[in-house]
Amino acid sequence: MDENKIARDGAVIFSEYTRGEVIKKVVELNRDDILFELKESKLKGRGGAGFPTSTKWMLTAAAKADNKYVICNADEGEPGTFKDRVLLLEYPELVFDGMVIGGYTVGAKYGIVYLRGEYEYMLKSLQDYLEAMRNENLLGKNICGKEGFDFDIEIRLGSGAYVCGEETALIESLEGARGEARNRPPYPVNTGFMGRPTSVNNVETFASVVHIVTKGGQWFKQHGTDKSTGSKLFSVSGDCANPGVYELPWGTTINELLDKVGAVNTKAVQVGGASGVCLSKDQFERQLAYEDAGTGGSIMIFNESRDMVHVLKNFMEFFVEESCGQCTPCRIGNVKLLEGVEMIEKGEYTFRYINQLKELGATMQVASKCGLGQSSPNSFISILENFKEEIFNNGNGGTNGK
Amino acid sequence: MLVVEKNSLTAEIEAMVEKYGNSRSSLLPILQDVQRNHKFVSEFAQQEVARLLDIHPVEVYSVISFYSFLHSKPMGRNIVRLCQTITCDMMGKVNVAKAIERELGISFGETTKDNKFTLEYANCLGMCDQGPAMLVNDKIYPRLTPEKAVEILNEIG
Repeated sequence: MDENKIARDGAVIFSEYTRGEVIKKVVELNRDDILFELKESKLKGRGGAGFPTSTKWMLTAAAKADNKYVICNADEGEPGTFKDRVLLLEYPELVFDGMVIGGYTVGAKYGIVYLRGEYEYMLKSLQDYLEAMRNENLLGKNICGKEGFDFDIEIRLGSGAYVCGEETALIESLEGARGEARNRPPYPVNTGFMGRPTSVNNVETFASVVHIVTKGGQWFKQHGTDKSTGSKLFSVSGDCANPGVYELPWGTTINELLDKVGAVNTKAVQVGGASGVCLSKDQFERQLAYEDAGTGGSIMIFNESRDMVHVLKNFMEFFVEESCGQCTPCRIGNVKLLEGVEMIEKGEYTFRYINQLKELGATMQVASKCGLGQSSPNSFISILENFKEEIFNNGNGGTNGK
Repeated sequence: MLVVEKNSLTAEIEAMVEKYGNSRSSLLPILQDVQRNHKFVSEFAQQEVARLLDIHPVEVYSVISFYSFLHSKPMGRNIVRLCQTITCDMMGKVNVAKAIERELGISFGETTKDNKFTLEYANCLGMCDQGPAMLVNDKIYPRLTPEKAVEILNEIG
C-alpha cells in the first residue's frame, strides 16, 4: 500500500511527538490535573458526535467499580473516512499513549482497541508496536515505575458491521453479541463493557489528548474557533487533485479546503460522510466546525459531471445494507427512502410522495434508536433540497436530465 | 463430515477456547479464527463453539448471521471484496467489477466452480483517497484498474 505523498504538516496532531514522552509526564500528575487540562482545552469527541471528552472521562473516573475499561473506537466505517487508518499506520504512538493516559485518568487497567475487520492488515504491525511498548514498560505493570499503575491494551477485530461504530453496539459486539445498539441511559460511562464503567473514544480523540497533556489546554485552544477548539483531521476524497488526510484548524471554510486540495468545478461537497449533509456552491463559505458544518472528518467532493441522484442512491443503498434491523424507523425507513430515490431516477414520482418521504426522514431522525437511523436521512433531505433545480426542475420533465 | 475431520475441528476449537477463554465475549474472536481457517463456520463448528462456551447454538448462529464477514455457508478459498461506496464508484469500480466477473466467469455473490474465489461487494474499505480498492482475504489493494485487478487475482495460487 502506498500512501499519498501529502506532507503531514499540522499544528496540533501532526506536530512532533516521541513515544512514551507523555506517559512519563503523566505518572507525575494526578488525575485532576489531567481532567483540568482537558476541560481547559474544550476538546470534543472526534468521531463526529462532539461530546466533551473531559466530561466523559470525569464521569468514568467518578464511577465506582472493581473494574473499568478504556475503549478506542477504531471501527472507522463512515464512507469517505480514512483518517484513523493514517493515524494507526503512521502515528500509533499517539493513539496508544493516549489510551494509557485514559487508563490512568479514569482508573482503568485494561484498554481495548476495536479495529474494524477491514483493517485486519494492520493487526500484526499494531501488535508488534504494543509489544515494543511493553518492553519499554510503557504498558504492563507499574508503568514507568509508578507503583500500582497497571494498564494493558488488547486489539479486537470487528467483522464488517458499520453499526458497530456506535459505542453501545461496539460494546455488544465485544461482549460476543450481535452489534445492536442499546437503550441509553445507562451510558457506557456507568454501565459499559461487562457492565463496568467504560470510556469509548475515537482514535483521533486519543491522539489529541496526547498533545493537550504534553503542551497544555491553553495551547490547544489557540487553534480552531471558540466552540470548536484545536484542529481536525479531514479525510478528503472524490473529485480533487490531491485526495488524502489533511490537518486543518476548525473554522476552515469549505472554499479554503477546496483550494488546498486542488478541487475545480466543484458542484457539491458531502460533509460528514453518508450520514452527513451535502452542501451546494452557495454554502461553500460555511465553516467546518461543530457549530456550523460539523463532521467526523469525511469530506467527499463532487464536480459538475456527477449525477447527484446516483450519489444519493449509493448512500441509501449503503444504509439499507448496514441498518441492523433492530428498530422499525431505520429498518423500513431506509428502504422507503431508497425506493423514493429509484422513483426519481426513473422519473416516476409525485412531489406529494417525495414530500411525504422527507417527512418520513424527519421522523426517522427523531424516532430511530441509534445514530445510524437518526442520521441516515440527512443526505436524502439535503441532496433533494440543495440540488432540487438539477434533480426536479431541469427542463427535462423532471427526469434528472435523462 | 468424517469422524476424523470432526475430531480435528473439535480439537482446533478447543485450542481457540483455551487461547481466548470460555466467556461469551470470546465468541467473536473464536468465530473469526474459524472463519479465517475454514472460510465458513459449519453447523458442526457452531455446535462445538456453543458447547465449549456453554451457550445455545442458535446464539452462535445469531451472531454469525449479523456480521457480514462471518459465513455459515461454504465460501471460496479466497474472498474478494470490492468496495462499492461512492468514491470508489466514481473512480471506476464498475469497470473493475466487470473485468473481474468476465475473467472469473461468475457474478458478484457467487463462487467459482473450482472453489478458488468468492466475489462480494463491500461497503467503504477506508481507501477512498486511493480507489477503487478491494480486499482479497485480509490484504488491501488500492488504485485498481481492470487490468491490475485481474493480474492480482491471477497471481493468487
